Amino acid sequence: MQLFRWTAALCLLGTLGLAQAEQKADPNLARDLAATCTGCHGSDGRAVPGAGFEALAGVDKAQLMQKLRDFRSGARPATIMHQISRGYTEAQLELIAAYFAARK
Amino acid sequence: MLTRRDFLKTATLAGGAVALPGLSGCALGARPRGHVVVVGGGFGGATVAKYLRMWSQLGVDVTLVERNPQFISCPISNLVIGGDKTIADITMGYEGLTRNWGVRVLQDTVTSIDAGARKLTLASGAVLSYDRLVLSPGIEFLFDEVPGLESEAARTSILHAWKAGPQTVALRKQLEDMRDGGVYALTIPRAPYRCPPGPYERACLVANYLQKAKPKSKVLVLDANEEITSKKALFTQAFERYKGILEYRPGSELREVDAASRTAILEFDKVRADVLNVVPPQRAGDIAAKSGLKLINKRWVDIDWLSFESVNTPGVHVIGDAIFPAPTMPKSGHMANQHAKVTAAAILNLLAGEAPNPNPVVMNTCYSFVDVKNVIHVASVHQYDAAKKTVLPVSGAGGVSAAANEMEGRYALSWARNIWADMLV
Repeated sequence: MQLFRWTAALCLLGTLGLAQAEQKADPNLARDLAATCTGCHGSDGRAVPGAGFEALAGVDKAQLMQKLRDFRSGARPATIMHQISRGYTEAQLELIAAYFAARK
Repeated sequence: MLTRRDFLKTATLAGGAVALPGLSGCALGARPRGHVVVVGGGFGGATVAKYLRMWSQLGVDVTLVERNPQFISCPISNLVIGGDKTIADITMGYEGLTRNWGVRVLQDTVTSIDAGARKLTLASGAVLSYDRLVLSPGIEFLFDEVPGLESEAARTSILHAWKAGPQTVALRKQLEDMRDGGVYALTIPRAPYRCPPGPYERACLVANYLQKAKPKSKVLVLDANEEITSKKALFTQAFERYKGILEYRPGSELREVDAASRTAILEFDKVRADVLNVVPPQRAGDIAAKSGLKLINKRWVDIDWLSFESVNTPGVHVIGDAIFPAPTMPKSGHMANQHAKVTAAAILNLLAGEAPNPNPVVMNTCYSFVDVKNVIHVASVHQYDAAKKTVLPVSGAGGVSAAANEMEGRYALSWARNIWADMLV
């Protein structure tokens, strides 16, 4: 199921096209950016259950973006995410959050 | 409806070469097809094998050639040496790659590559053809730069334990057998070497063990570098905690070893140890270093950062510790996992006749234990710079822990479990 959903989402992405110029550059840009998170947060955001890191798959985009913004600003305490989130542009974080939100 | 498990079972039964029905109308352009051979099943190789299958929806065939029957993780292996974990805790099979993703795993070694014909030969005599080849061979030790370690006998008593496996267990045994009041000496080569903070973590964990079990003993860190090469302030604090048991000597390059007396010979000094642990200087693994690929400093492979393709050998991509690193980029398992994903994406584009993503991003997270509970991290994010044609660390991002802490002690183990699953399951 996961695979089919993923594929369907990807097809949708390719078919509809998305506004940002960055995405026109490569239809898989969001996937590739999100993959920089998956060493810790699990392939496609499906973290190992009970291993202690948050699963990102299916998390609401606005909610994830708010969290990332709060990490960046320092409003949300963190051990490491405040440092990592500052390495991406706002547009990149938007792509990442949208990608994980679509992994249901 | 066909479940994913059912589908994968079908795919595996049919040799992993099944096309997904009903997806040809997808507006993604040409679907990538072909056969990719991956050499080396560590953090880089296992990840690229899985992601090529996952991201091609099983459309690209992948063969992984790995000499060992199982994966043994270097990260966390210092806890085995310190006695808090066992080798079983860091050992995992490759069956998840086959079962879940239809990767063909061959336990074998590559003896030669014919990059022109896109073929390679295995020790078993088999010949594999490929459309794209990924080498993730890790490091080879330059034993010839350490006189006294030429013989196999010398290398049986003077261990590196810098590739997790039998030497990890053997070094633990040496420490258990050491008398109370003995000296454990660890030598560190000049950077770049695999896992910059690894030696300092090991020194801490050995000191932590000896402090409890053999308190009259001593840990001596002989560093060829002029200062601690990673997380300097935090390791300096940790070393302070082990004052009396741990001594750090920078600028102490190993010149020669007398294996019989377990003596490390430096420029102006000789250090006799009860357990001598030599991390030798390193270069790219043999198959990458001896196949005609362009090297930098005769050690590390020169690659194109958009695709990780060798700059002089088309069709051959190299990832992980074997490459000449971009500025401030560490040779780490996490970074190899990141190289693998950029490479998988680039190869799938290339197999579909498209250019690689022009804006690759990689990041690194590295946790180090300063005792069995407390951990420090270093993190960085690296974005591609089109003008400089390399990936550069983002200024203002990344950093280290404020201080060693137990929360990150738990996170370090969370990290391990997740990254092992990301590459193998």
